[in-house]
Amino acid sequence: MLNSNCIALIPLLPIISFLIIGLAGRRYFPKFSGILGTLSLLTAFILSAIVAFQYFFEVGKVDGVYQKIVAMKYVWLHLLPNVSIDMGILLDPISVMMIVIVTFISLMVHIYSIGYMHGEPRYATYYAFLSLFTFSMLGLVLSTNIFQIYIFWELVGVSSFLLIGFYYEKPSAVAASKKAFIVTRFADLGFLIGILVLSYYSETLDFQTLIARLTTEGPYLSSIAGASFIGASALTWGLVLVFAGGAGKSAMFPFHIWLPDAMEGPTPVSALIHAATMVVAGVYLVARLFPIFSHSCPQALDVVAYIGIFSSLLAAVIACTQTDIKRVLAYSTMSQIGFMMFALGVSGYGGEEGLGFMASMFHLFTHSIFKALLFLGAGAVIHYVHSNEMKDMGGLRKLMPITHITFLLACLAIAGIPPFAGFFSKEEILLACWNSNKIIFGAAVLTAGLTAFYMFRLYFSIFWSKEFKSHNNNHDDGHHGEAPATMLLPLIILAGLSVVAGFVPFSQLVTSDGAGFATEFHIGFALGPILIAVSAIILAWFMYSKESLVPQKVADSLKGFYTAAYRKFYFDEIYLFVTKKIVFNLIGRPAAWVDKNIFDGFMNLLASVTVALSEAIKSFQSGKTQEYAIYFFAGTLGFVLLFIYLWT
Amino acid sequence: MNGIGLEHILFISTALFFIGVYGFLTRKNMITMLMAIELILNSININFLAFNKYLYADKLDGLFFTIFIIAIAAAEASVAIAIIIHLYRSLKSIDVDDADLMKF
Repeated sequence: MLNSNCIALIPLLPIISFLIIGLAGRRYFPKFSGILGTLSLLTAFILSAIVAFQYFFEVGKVDGVYQKIVAMKYVWLHLLPNVSIDMGILLDPISVMMIVIVTFISLMVHIYSIGYMHGEPRYATYYAFLSLFTFSMLGLVLSTNIFQIYIFWELVGVSSFLLIGFYYEKPSAVAASKKAFIVTRFADLGFLIGILVLSYYSETLDFQTLIARLTTEGPYLSSIAGASFIGASALTWGLVLVFAGGAGKSAMFPFHIWLPDAMEGPTPVSALIHAATMVVAGVYLVARLFPIFSHSCPQALDVVAYIGIFSSLLAAVIACTQTDIKRVLAYSTMSQIGFMMFALGVSGYGGEEGLGFMASMFHLFTHSIFKALLFLGAGAVIHYVHSNEMKDMGGLRKLMPITHITFLLACLAIAGIPPFAGFFSKEEILLACWNSNKIIFGAAVLTAGLTAFYMFRLYFSIFWSKEFKSHNNNHDDGHHGEAPATMLLPLIILAGLSVVAGFVPFSQLVTSDGAGFATEFHIGFALGPILIAVSAIILAWFMYSKESLVPQKVADSLKGFYTAAYRKFYFDEIYLFVTKKIVFNLIGRPAAWVDKNIFDGFMNLLASVTVALSEAIKSFQSGKTQEYAIYFFAGTLGFVLLFIYLWT
Repeated sequence: MNGIGLEHILFISTALFFIGVYGFLTRKNMITMLMAIELILNSININFLAFNKYLYADKLDGLFFTIFIIAIAAAEASVAIAIIIHLYRSLKSIDVDDADLMKF
């Protein structure tokens, strides 16, 4: 049986280690804090693995359907007689899957960071932040309540801000952390309004009650669907606004601009936050509210699908032109999360219909493994080369054989080559699209091909291409190509998992309604995408395996488009234009003028009147006793006369 | 008793009062000002006694008040002289216009 204390320990262990490291570790045992953080995460991972095992194989299933179990719940804030904000733990297939992923990836990143961050002056602070992040993410996925998820959502935002701006001496890191915080904050405004709309009509914050009230016919559903605002029902607005919050965290268009810049943080952080865990929070949120989207509001689900596929394609095109390897990976993350989003968007509810939902969760699972591996591998390369730029790399396969092999496995997995993890999940997604929307299917296949192309462009540029020339001579004395063992171990574990993760029978475990269904493998259907991926890889090999002028020529022939993609389709410039020129000039400056001149002016007027008045009368206080006596007598005399002549 | 009535005595005390006020406002020597205050107090005393004698001859309240005011005046004079001595020590003067430190 599930032990609720045991489950509560999973999110509590990281917060405890955050407090210990943050309060005492930085001063008293900075060297030991890495080990401490790793140990607490290891315990949390083992606990969540046990919980997952018990949930999936012992207690979770009743009559063939996985139940939602509220393992723990207490009322935190009582708002109204029937509305309260609770803190609790909700176990269902997706949250159990997420705690395993989050603790596992976080554990890998903790181990990896022991080597990667070695010698960093703020080593203990780094581990404290990592623990805080893990805590917030675990709290987010275990939430029973839409307000609880919002609280942890913001905590995740804060810890991401702290970690992106970890190298706060670098102005670019500071700018990136502010950008990430402001952009996601802006999206979270939508999320908050969405929460308020949904909970106002359904009169509850609890997920299960909310879903029950908004999916079954009744007074709640008819009131929210009946209230309309600018051409759409309140339900559609609420769900779209909640999705806007999710799009902000998951870097969907139009909130995607923060993700590439977030690569200013330490590379393991990018692996943890901006690839594997935090950015899927938006997908998780949509999946959590999926029954409402699916049953009551297909229009909102269409919004999710089209935003997902558009972001996915956009990011894939941009990724083909970037030269900073972490940026390529960042755009590929955005693209893959687009896959998860539109897979949710095209999905139906229950059984075979819910294939898209299952595929999305499956892709979330496999993607977090191979994307973490890609980032950690890139981190090892950057650790060695001391540069993020592709042109500084090349020919590293002889110098870093283990990194090379693991990176290759991850690239094969993301490109969707069988039998690696990404193949299975991507296949399910494409099948779900084929069944519901052919336009999205076409764009998805194109994106999958582009994915294979840019990943292998990255791979060939790093590990093949030209011979590696070291830019500084430090490498020659005792600094070998391969990273230390603490960095290699996670790479090897993750590479092993990228190979086998695709064989997990996901359709039996994580489905939209909890009931398992059987998936068939259509070889004819799978063949097309595989062929496209393979030809994209061959194309990448042809263009990038040797140093050649072909890429340059291709870029020249597509000049305008290439430049636009290289400049990320000018989104940053557009946003800067909108904020600096339009918002600042038309709203900010008039508001500042009113504040400075009208409000401050009124205060200044009051002050100057007081000053002038007191200047005028201050000479009465001369310090001369006899003058005071005159005033006193004159006053008394005045009163006396008043009393005598006016007293009736 | 026919010759001197209440009005005469009130006239005397009023004259004494305004002489005291005049002295208080015009003299610059603090000791002289203190003496002017004594004149004012004594004019009040005369008032009390006169009203007691002419209006309520069977009571002694006005008399008691007079004695009371004399005691207060003695105490006040001692405090005032102490202040004057301290001012003299710090300012080397007992001119009231020199002691004008408490101003804006």
